Amino acid sequence: MSAAGSGGSADPLLEVRGLEVEYARNSGPVRVLDGVSLTIAPGESLGVVGESGVGKTVLVRAILGLLDPPWRVVSGTVSYREQNLLALPEAALRQLRGKEIALTTHEPRKHLNPVATVGEQMARVVQAHRPTSRADARARAVELLRLVGIPDPELRLQAYPHELSGGMCQRVVIAMALAHSPKLLMGDEPTAGLDVTISLQILDLMRDLVRDFHSSLLLVSRDLGVVAHYCQRVAVMYAGQLVEVADVPSFFAGAIHPYSRRLLRAAVAATSDRRGTLSQVGARAERGAACCPYAPRCPLRLERCTRESPPLESVAAARWVRCFRHAEITAGLEAP
Amino acid sequence: MLGAVSAEVRQLARFSRGRPGFLCGLGVVALTIFLAVFGPSLAPYGPEEALPGVANLPPSRDHWMGTDISGMDVFSRVMAAPRIDLTIALVSTAAAFAAGVILGVISGFFAGGRGIWGRLSGAIVRGADIFQAFPVFIFALALVGFRGPSIQNVILALAFLNIPFFLRLTRGAVLHMRERPFVEAARCVGGSGLRIAFVHVMPNALTPALANLSPTIGFSILLASALSFVGAGVPIPTPEWGSMIAIGAPNMMTGQWWTALFPGLALGLTILGYALVGDGFRYYLDPVNRR
Amino acid sequence: MGAPLLAVDALVKHFPLGHGRTVKAVNGISFQIERGEALGLVGESGSGKTTVGRCVLRLIDPTSGAIGFRGEDILGMTPEQFRERRRHIQLVFQEPYDSLNPRMRIGRILDEPLMLARRGAPSARLSRVHDLLDMVGLGRTFIDLYPHQLSGGEQQRVGIARAIATDPDLVVLDEPTSALDVSVRAEILDLLVDLQARLGFAYLFISHDLTAVRRVCQRVIVMYLGRIVETARTAEIFERPLHPYSRALLSSVLYPDPMKEQARFLLTGEIPSPIDLPPGCPLYARCPWARPTCDLSVPPLEALLPDRHVACFRAREENGIGAC
Repeated sequence: MSAAGSGGSADPLLEVRGLEVEYARNSGPVRVLDGVSLTIAPGESLGVVGESGVGKTVLVRAILGLLDPPWRVVSGTVSYREQNLLALPEAALRQLRGKEIALTTHEPRKHLNPVATVGEQMARVVQAHRPTSRADARARAVELLRLVGIPDPELRLQAYPHELSGGMCQRVVIAMALAHSPKLLMGDEPTAGLDVTISLQILDLMRDLVRDFHSSLLLVSRDLGVVAHYCQRVAVMYAGQLVEVADVPSFFAGAIHPYSRRLLRAAVAATSDRRGTLSQVGARAERGAACCPYAPRCPLRLERCTRESPPLESVAAARWVRCFRHAEITAGLEAP
Repeated sequence: MLGAVSAEVRQLARFSRGRPGFLCGLGVVALTIFLAVFGPSLAPYGPEEALPGVANLPPSRDHWMGTDISGMDVFSRVMAAPRIDLTIALVSTAAAFAAGVILGVISGFFAGGRGIWGRLSGAIVRGADIFQAFPVFIFALALVGFRGPSIQNVILALAFLNIPFFLRLTRGAVLHMRERPFVEAARCVGGSGLRIAFVHVMPNALTPALANLSPTIGFSILLASALSFVGAGVPIPTPEWGSMIAIGAPNMMTGQWWTALFPGLALGLTILGYALVGDGFRYYLDPVNRR
Repeated sequence: MGAPLLAVDALVKHFPLGHGRTVKAVNGISFQIERGEALGLVGESGSGKTTVGRCVLRLIDPTSGAIGFRGEDILGMTPEQFRERRRHIQLVFQEPYDSLNPRMRIGRILDEPLMLARRGAPSARLSRVHDLLDMVGLGRTFIDLYPHQLSGGEQQRVGIARAIATDPDLVVLDEPTSALDVSVRAEILDLLVDLQARLGFAYLFISHDLTAVRRVCQRVIVMYLGRIVETARTAEIFERPLHPYSRALLSSVLYPDPMKEQARFLLTGEIPSPIDLPPGCPLYARCPWARPTCDLSVPPLEALLPDRHVACFRAREENGIGAC
């Protein structure tokens, strides 16, 4: 099948196909990712949006081979430069991590070593992929800290993570991620827990650096506002599947999938002062079952939706939707 | 009632699947309980029955584990001992648990406070420090010196020994728990300090103590045996693994290995079993894991 | 009108850190809430807004200042005396799951405030628990569930039900929607507005999210490093923020609409530490309007417009407002 969820026509930088991930529990395995496929072109910024628990973090970790039991990749491929990352041995993956593909996480302070100074940690990162002398590593660390906008970088090298604010920790993590000018930067909710005024600075920073380095950006977020202003394309995740992929202007002008529409309406409602009438909290999603996962809550549900699982179909140029009724919705005949 | 019990058993069965260590431990625990109840009645000979003329016989068809220096059947004594050992271990551990948890909750919840409760909390911790610094053997020997060797004195000594252990475990959990928002919420709805400490915090802080209940029982059996070994434990003819090892130890050098080996094996396997159960129990008790 | 429901006067809270250093969380806050009013307290981390909320509930004892509730001075009371008053001020927490005792069923969690306030026999209390669940949009089946069996939105509804159980006069809401998914946020905010319309209590809505505050509150106070920098009616501050910090906050809102590009009013740098407060205006180091004189003394809160107070030396000039 042609690369689902792909944007540009040029060779994609990263291509995920049919990724399925399970989580083993006492009562049986749970399907966390149910056949996710997407592509990222060079220099593109893609936003992956979904609510908590939907599998966004698992997706990002799966790409880098960072999933340990009880998570398990069941099937699928992740192609980067002609190689399937899922099939690579750990040693080869370690070459890639940080050098070609980098990851920043939310709660940056928790992902920094609390008993090592910033300088030590940055030096280690710099030296990880390139033999560098201590002095050179230190100089490079200062350069990187300056790049991410940390004032007095030489002084900050001596600081421990708990002495830095959340925003500064995130800048340090971004600096470490960009140390080797990766081709792909993945940001997992980089502004979660950060103050609003700081979040803006961090997002601007990521966008500018990615642009200057000609890298691609995969931004995972629960916040549609972030995606609207910092991404070129958006992929909506629900119950471990992608339900809609589109470029940002088209998506926000009119989302197609009923869940995307609900999410968009809720996001608009949460930031406006107009009273809306949203439906009550509905039933939980069905995962891995042979039906549309959104069917229990979908106002447009047909009988067919409870028996079959809709495929991710291309409905327009660079636009995919996973819904049997997408044509009717687009035509404006139905407004979920 | 029966429905609740069978539901628990099914939960336990599902939990044990894929956990061979836990299952083995559970088997050991079950066996010791069974022997504690039925051991003396099922034993082929009386556990304190000294048969004339059959002293120091090696294992044979009549005496599966041989006889000891007084002519008592080793096998019967090994089977009868769990009743003594388990009683000692259960009672002393239960007492230590109850006292340790209550003291732990008080000293943890009111730690750092300025009023009378705060000072009580500090006093409790200092008391526990002093107690833990005391060698248990000296304490037990002193007790025996005053009151003579008996099961009651062993229970007392072991209970006191284990109180600081449960106290510290609970205190640590309480210090952690009292920062959680739901504790603040309990204050908001009008709860008093004591109520919050025992109704809200304690149930959530019991896990470390509960998880250590089983290993402590096993360890208490070992300690009781050790006390009996040095003569500060149960009086002599009482069947108890430690005292059996003490009686049999001199004989090992003269070649009668069976008198000390069998009780020693029984002791080791029992402690291992109780330890294995303890680890799994911690997960089992958390309501979040009970799906 | 009579006396306001809540009157906070010159509230100060400094947390000692040892070695003579203190965290100056709140540095002289005064405000009032009338019966049935909804006041928003907005600020980022380090603003002291959470501390103010905790002081009003006497979960923390302030360093100095006065708090009057229903005409009584609540700081002067003994803890026992205040415990009787507690049923009239309640708190909704930020973390929906952590604010519920994981080993208690929902029914018991909701019964507890009623029991402690001695609201009748168990059967009467049970019927009240049913009513509370209905009011927050949860079914009666929730009574037997444990917190971990509920979604985040449902857990927060339980937290709200618990807060209104004893018919309080004032409900303090500490970032009630920040930990929730976006799709649930609007529902909870609407629920809060509904409940207030029906039951008539007052809100102190603490949040860093101005858009959430807009949905629920008629008036808002903006805090920065323990001081009030602006007070206004909510609609007016959105239309025309006067203080540079309010401006920055508003312009950092990312609306889910790529077309809605906001004029950026950026603050540089990081929020300074509340341990070493600058001598002058707390925003001095980050403010694009700053002049050296701003660092000499703390700007007072002045009425620039009717019902609009701003603490900024440059606000009048930069906003083009004539002298009063």
